[in-house]
Amino acid sequence: MSRTVTIEPITRIEGHAKITILLDEQQQVADARFHVTEFRGFERFCIGRSFWEMPGITARVCGICPVSHLIASSKAGDAILGVRTPETAVALRRLMNYGQLVQSHALSFFLLSGPDLILGMDADPASRNLVGLIRERPELARAGIRLRSFGQQLIRALGERSIHPSWSVPGGVRRPLAAAERDRLLGRLPEMYRTVDRALDLMKETLDRFHDELPAYGDFPSLFLGLVGPDGGLEHYDGLVRVIDAEGRVLEAGLEPERYEEIIAEAEQPWTYLKFPYYRPLGLEDDRGMYRVGPLARLNVCDFAGTPRADRELRQFRHYGGSGRPVTGSFYYHYARLIEILFSLERIEELLADGILVDHHIRSRADVNQNVGIGVSEAPRGTLFHRYRVDDDGILEDVNLLIATGQNNLAMNRTVRQLARHFIRDGRLEEGLLNRIEHGIRTFDPCLSCSTHVVGQMPLLVELRGPGGELLERIERR
Amino acid sequence: MTTDKRKIRLATAWLGGCSGCHMSFLDLDELLIELAGRVDLVYGPLVDAKQFPEEVDLTLVEGAVTNVDNLQLARIIRSNSRVVVGFGDCAVTGNVTSMRNRIPVRDLLTAVYRQARAPIGEEALKDLPALLQQALPLHQAIAVDVCLPGCPPSPERIAAVVTALLDGEPVALDAAMRTFG
Repeated sequence: MSRTVTIEPITRIEGHAKITILLDEQQQVADARFHVTEFRGFERFCIGRSFWEMPGITARVCGICPVSHLIASSKAGDAILGVRTPETAVALRRLMNYGQLVQSHALSFFLLSGPDLILGMDADPASRNLVGLIRERPELARAGIRLRSFGQQLIRALGERSIHPSWSVPGGVRRPLAAAERDRLLGRLPEMYRTVDRALDLMKETLDRFHDELPAYGDFPSLFLGLVGPDGGLEHYDGLVRVIDAEGRVLEAGLEPERYEEIIAEAEQPWTYLKFPYYRPLGLEDDRGMYRVGPLARLNVCDFAGTPRADRELRQFRHYGGSGRPVTGSFYYHYARLIEILFSLERIEELLADGILVDHHIRSRADVNQNVGIGVSEAPRGTLFHRYRVDDDGILEDVNLLIATGQNNLAMNRTVRQLARHFIRDGRLEEGLLNRIEHGIRTFDPCLSCSTHVVGQMPLLVELRGPGGELLERIERR
Repeated sequence: MTTDKRKIRLATAWLGGCSGCHMSFLDLDELLIELAGRVDLVYGPLVDAKQFPEEVDLTLVEGAVTNVDNLQLARIIRSNSRVVVGFGDCAVTGNVTSMRNRIPVRDLLTAVYRQARAPIGEEALKDLPALLQQALPLHQAIAVDVCLPGCPPSPERIAAVVTALLDGEPVALDAAMRTFG
């Protein structure tokens, strides 16, 4: 008899979701789906408010990566003002963004996925968590907590609070970094480097240990999308959108982020609140337009990292792809996250030593000069776009948030199917198997808090055609 | 509970919110290690329990009640927990999560999902919990023992409340710790 297996809720991820696995008459996996069950509706209820409020409101999309929304929203605001944002403000925003990458990636590696990677996929579920990790490996747990804490302290040093700081605003930022804070942060860096080095060693051991089952955790061809700097380097604040395929061929070398709607379209399914963005030129059929974003994608699309330690590590990372091809296994997201922590620490060190931070010109002031503003930022989980249309008074008429986790939706579903087919045989289910399927989702570190607030701002065109291809009806929305 | 060597059973829950309160809880940083020695974390986004367990001493509930699943979980939390804390502004007042309340749910969904296959209607409700017409603060769904305000509450506030409750002391936050936002 065919039956359905439900994993609900998926635990140790940042959001509300479940997985259903459908077994056929022969008890083999017919289909598996990743459902996002939460919905909040920011894009609708923000209409009618002022764009000045948006950094503060949209930070509340997500308590895990509020800084990403703060920055994307402020940058959309910069575009509406049509001003040049002071260099110091840009440097300070970059600094805060690196702080967030550190804290969010450390959270994912040590606190959410760490129990699986360190205690084991089959460890007792009652202690396969942060508390269990603290008991079994107290020093490692402490180091991980302190690494995350460093990122949070950096955010607090700039914005007065680590979660939802009301600091970055259209035109710049509200306050500079105090010299005492700068010195305190610099003093903590050596310990943070040691922790990342240790985590990288642990990661490589883990890759060896998981060698046999690793290809089941979402290893398949897909496109990869991320920002790169004008020189092709790893980039998290500005830059150009690059898209490559699974062979490493470049499909978009460097698209202006403002033009993202030309290459990204969104589909919907009745069984999830999370949409399915895809690469428009290749379409949705057979997942041809499926792409991945986030640390794995960013390391795949960039030509180099741009800092010494991260570049050294990136060269090792690339061996896992082989002969110029991208790394296609989702399990390597974990490794990519650690390399990005290392890169962020190096950039933080550079920025803290840069004299530009002490300049007091940190905000440009203007009124509405443009009616549409698009802001982009590389959030920990991938490329984040905010697009606002305002009237001449700055009142929002239209809001679109294209969020990282949504862009991984097709790939997360593919991963769940791959894992279910690999690990479920003859309808036999064991706790450890279900945990492996959940872990497949954890590799993406999905932020469902963010992802369920997406509005499709793509102009909608539905065409109904008859058997001979003749147009019967056509519905268009803006 | 001075003679009772049993660890205190602590749960956390995340209803309709942004997880900022849970992140602020993690900002307790190394205090977490101390806490891990005193409590068993029996439910929440950080642990693998699928069902809300019985006989929980203390539950921190983040977020507003926004859909039927939240409502059901809130009721189970109430009946299985000795002390329930409204954890953060969304749980206490509805906050940003309730900004949708002036818009009918159907309008909200059709504005967001513009294609015919949108998760609206009966087919969607097979897989997804129905949204309540209004996002409710927790106390409108169940009785709440302690309100811990803030968007999110700072780690200092969380430490003050959790420590008092674990010690069996009354929770008394000074005025500066009772602000919203």
